[in-house]
Amino acid sequence: MIGAKSGFNDNGINWPDDSEGGYRVPYSVFMDENIYREEQKNIFRGPSWSFVALEAEIPNRGDFKSTFIGDVPVIVIRNGEGGVNVLVNRCAHRGAAVCRKLRGNTSYLECVYHSWAYDLDGNLTSVPFRRGMRGKGGMPSDFSMAEHGLKKIRVQIVNGLIFATFRSDTPDLEKYLGARMVGAIKRIFNREIEVLGDERQRIHGNWKLYAENVRDPYHASLLHLFHATFGLYRSTQVGSCVMDELGRHSLLVASQGTSSEDDDEDAYSDQRSFNSKFVLQDPSLLKGKRDFDDDISLVILSIFPNLVVQQISNTLAVRQIVTYSPNEFELVWTMFGYEDDDDEMRRIRIKQNNLIGPGGLISMEDGEAVELVNRAITHGSGDSSFIAMGGGKAESADHLITEGAIIGFWQHYRELMRI
Amino acid sequence: MKMTFESDAQLQAEISLLFSQYAACIDNDRLEKWPEFFVEQCFYKIQSRENHDRKLPISAMECDSKNMLVDRIVSLREANIFAEHMYRHIISIPLILSKSENEIATQTNYLVISTLQSGISHIFSAGRYQDRLVRIDGQLKFVERIVIFDTNSIRTQIVTPI
Ligand code: FES
Ligand SMILES: [Fe+2]
Repeated sequence: MIGAKSGFNDNGINWPDDSEGGYRVPYSVFMDENIYREEQKNIFRGPSWSFVALEAEIPNRGDFKSTFIGDVPVIVIRNGEGGVNVLVNRCAHRGAAVCRKLRGNTSYLECVYHSWAYDLDGNLTSVPFRRGMRGKGGMPSDFSMAEHGLKKIRVQIVNGLIFATFRSDTPDLEKYLGARMVGAIKRIFNREIEVLGDERQRIHGNWKLYAENVRDPYHASLLHLFHATFGLYRSTQVGSCVMDELGRHSLLVASQGTSSEDDDEDAYSDQRSFNSKFVLQDPSLLKGKRDFDDDISLVILSIFPNLVVQQISNTLAVRQIVTYSPNEFELVWTMFGYEDDDDEMRRIRIKQNNLIGPGGLISMEDGEAVELVNRAITHGSGDSSFIAMGGGKAESADHLITEGAIIGFWQHYRELMRI
Repeated sequence: MKMTFESDAQLQAEISLLFSQYAACIDNDRLEKWPEFFVEQCFYKIQSRENHDRKLPISAMECDSKNMLVDRIVSLREANIFAEHMYRHIISIPLILSKSENEIATQTNYLVISTLQSGISHIFSAGRYQDRLVRIDGQLKFVERIVIFDTNSIRTQIVTPI
């Protein structure tokens, strides 16, 4: 309703003018409790697809995983027919969490509080003392089991990535993602994957600071100094940063930029140490192997609102954002390889995992960067950030010195939030 | 290489002392000395109990040589950006799981309390060590130190070894 111009809105957020050569984001939007509540309603329970699990995490009937969409607890479960259900993990009786385990396998779901039981599709199948005892008590005679199941929400799957939405009017998943993002997903999820493990990272900052971070190729060589410190350069590297039509998703890609068809072993080893004070004592860390039939060595695919898919050298992972409060979220990394990886390839992925995750030599800084912002910003001061690298517009770029995708995120965010 | 020990109690005291020295090395920020607690062909890993119990390989850190430990520390000092912090390790009495001529296997609980520049301390990590030790020139060293942490959700980032 206010669009790009400045002004106050229902939330009391004063969004500054963006007509002065750069885009501005008011810091209050990262701290405000009302904004957080509105985001839960308008984004996480709004017309968005949230990532909830990989199919590979629940391969068999009855396999489940509990997770969150925003701050709503959900169960992702494979039903008797082999399909996937996403159920709100909240008893239809008086609201207890039904599934109390992170993962497992079950043939039914039972709430421990009063033992209401549900099948894998969330249908209520039994209510103890429904007809009372010796003619006394019990549920009203018109109580309908069919109307008191677990809340089942819409599910769609693309190449093994399971997404869910609370809304019936969210466009179909592939349309929501857009052809380009679907292509990037299909490139990585081109065959059966094998989950190698999870890492969890609790970050004391607003989740949108992380959404900005993963849409920001500008910081990569400036904040993450591992490669530079050890003199590991890829002089031929080229990159791009593209968005979907609405600007909400972003795809950062970097390639070797070499056309040489040199052997697989060297695909990721054109890294030379020069002019550097420090040399890796054990360079086996960086040993890689060609994974794809292209030169792409880095993909950071950010899907609005809660998913990042990454390929960094031979590491493959999805990162899921789980929100807890305006100033706390969890980042859940699920690392994977392919089912047909041989031992050597598996070993390479596991070793390169030293580069990524909360202890990653080239990625650990992102958690701290988010917290650094969170520590310095204040609510209600009217202060804002200034985003102009690459032109200050939500535009795709054939280089990495841009912040365009961050603006794309915010434009879509404001539309959903009506601010 | 043959190892003889006068008694389990003596051995346990010796291992306890080693673990205290290891903790002091990290807590007192003498990280450059930390790799010296390991043999050349060592294995060091910090893994969540969640992955460990699922028998999945991913770890927060995994080094399969002493040189990799050295690289971790150089990276910490020269490259990585993180909130300034101090660790304080609290370590239980080691449990000797097995003892052969060449090697001792132990399990020990730890608690790492981290204190940030703000002066606020928090429990950064709770968990256990699973170790394999050998004696080299009279000195016990780690062939393997596996840190299995219960604190599955790592606060912000992990850069300093446990
Ligand atoms: S709250 Fe679940 S059965 Fe009562
Ligand atoms: Fe980063």
